[in-house]
Amino acid sequence: MAKATRAAFGETLVELVEEGFDIMAVDADLCGSTTTGKLGASYPDRLVDVGIAEQNMIGVASGLALTGRTVFTASFAVFGTGRCWEQIRNTVCDSGLDVKVCPTHAGITVGADGATHQALEDIALMRVLPGMRVLVPADFASAKAAIKLAAKTPGPFYVRLGREPLPEFYGDDFTCDVAFANVVREGTDVAIMACGVEVAQAFEAAKILEPEGISAEVVDVMSVKPLDEETIIASAAKCGRVVTVEEHSIYGGMGSAVAELLSEKHPVPVKRLGMTGFGQSGTAAELLAHYGLDAAGIAAGVREALGR
Amino acid sequence: MATESMRRAAARDDAEIARIANRLRRDVVEMLTAAGSGHPGGSLSAADILATLFYSGEFAFDPADPKNPARDRFVLSKGHAAPVLYALMAQIGYLPHEELLTLRQMGTRLQGHPDSHLCPGVEVCSGSLGQGLSIAAGMALGFKLDAAHEGAELRRVFAITGDGELQEGQNWEAAMFAGNHGLDNLVLFLDLNNLQIDGHVSDVNSIAPIQDKFRAFGWHVIDADGHDVASLRAAIAQAVAHTGSPVAIACSTVKGKGVSFMEDRCSWHGVAPTAEECERALAELDAAYEKLVNGTEA
Repeated sequence: MAKATRAAFGETLVELVEEGFDIMAVDADLCGSTTTGKLGASYPDRLVDVGIAEQNMIGVASGLALTGRTVFTASFAVFGTGRCWEQIRNTVCDSGLDVKVCPTHAGITVGADGATHQALEDIALMRVLPGMRVLVPADFASAKAAIKLAAKTPGPFYVRLGREPLPEFYGDDFTCDVAFANVVREGTDVAIMACGVEVAQAFEAAKILEPEGISAEVVDVMSVKPLDEETIIASAAKCGRVVTVEEHSIYGGMGSAVAELLSEKHPVPVKRLGMTGFGQSGTAAELLAHYGLDAAGIAAGVREALGR
Repeated sequence: MATESMRRAAARDDAEIARIANRLRRDVVEMLTAAGSGHPGGSLSAADILATLFYSGEFAFDPADPKNPARDRFVLSKGHAAPVLYALMAQIGYLPHEELLTLRQMGTRLQGHPDSHLCPGVEVCSGSLGQGLSIAAGMALGFKLDAAHEGAELRRVFAITGDGELQEGQNWEAAMFAGNHGLDNLVLFLDLNNLQIDGHVSDVNSIAPIQDKFRAFGWHVIDADGHDVASLRAAIAQAVAHTGSPVAIACSTVKGKGVSFMEDRCSWHGVAPTAEECERALAELDAAYEKLVNGTEA
């Protein structure tokens, strides 16, 4: 059944409490949308709603973390990383606090709300921060695993969650570690490195390309920071050419991270697919198609990268 | 040691607190002169407030263990006043006194703005203005929950903001939150010296009427003379006895207090004294100290 990565958030928080973790969540008037409301419904004292005040959300979360708790923050990704970026930098990261920044509604798949509400810079904003780990799960099961990994690993994390229900890609037995990338399809001509909603799209693109005689490997770069250098370099070395794809700006996102790594350690041609400007209103499917970020668009990008 | 007994153990009389505050000022002047940069005005403005809080008998800290979990918490939101906090940490014994002269130097634990990884007794990195009250409110809520669910002794959280700093909008998000949550274990000192880098706060972007603003956000407000130990001590006692809402102690202060040529001059916000200015400042402070000890000038 299709479920959004955001749906994993509240459910996983409840499970963490039941597993004995002393966690809290701080939201900013979006407890229903982000699903933190599920935590509050089961454990009212573990959810704090600060209202529409993201800077205070980060400060209160930091204070709660300083009393010995692991604290998750929510809101939408535009506001939960952008409005309070400097609070995350100077309070959470500089002090190395156990705060997990897990806003939802990232990327253009937010859909009809349009450009103001589509976070396309959040990976870049979080990736640049010292001490911040960045996870971009691809489906419900991997989102649950990412949130649990963040809860169990001390220090700041960013977990990028989305609004749109996604088909199941991994099973419930999915597990991951910090610095996790996963070869989800083997290939030899090109390595498509994707994160989040684009993992399933890249997987479909590889199927489109196969009858054309293009053997595409697909790598889920779930951990954008730190990168799984070994897996990424091995895949790039094997295929000799890389295409990255993300529903995020190509400036500073996962594709940039991969290109930085490869240019230093194993240079191969890299083409980045993603956003270069603001999005707009539309359905998630319409927007992915419009910006060349659905399976057909990725396949076209791969052909271009290969000169076909 | 439990929280309340730590509070009582730290208590000093008013005269001793005044002497401690004078020595903190002396340290601040020496530190900034050695560093060649820093913020004298805001440190001197806050010296009496910090000294009175820590030695009032209402604030729990453990001289043997800066991380004692039963301690109360202090957040220096106006992090540019780091030198006076460091001087206080040395006074407590968390730092060797001679280390104070490493302020702002390469490799020092005494960074330009407080770093909780490096300096014992610093609870959280601060210095980006406007963030301390949110952090303090989160701590206060956490301790309320600890007290409610685990029967823990209720720990208090104190923070201090400058008045120019209150122009930062995040303070008002936090003030609204703390008021609505009735965080009566939270006390905020307002260091109202009416100076900021670009001039008088009342000219640049006035925060008046600041007491009324906090009252409107659901706070109890107490006025105090920020350079009078008895006034501050009485305000702190009233603040911790107050229940049902957070408390703001509106402290009227003078930026640069204690060094005549620095007093009420915004030009002394962010420059260090020269060697000659340092000598004059120390002579003034030492004369004041003699008066505190002997009741007359030396």
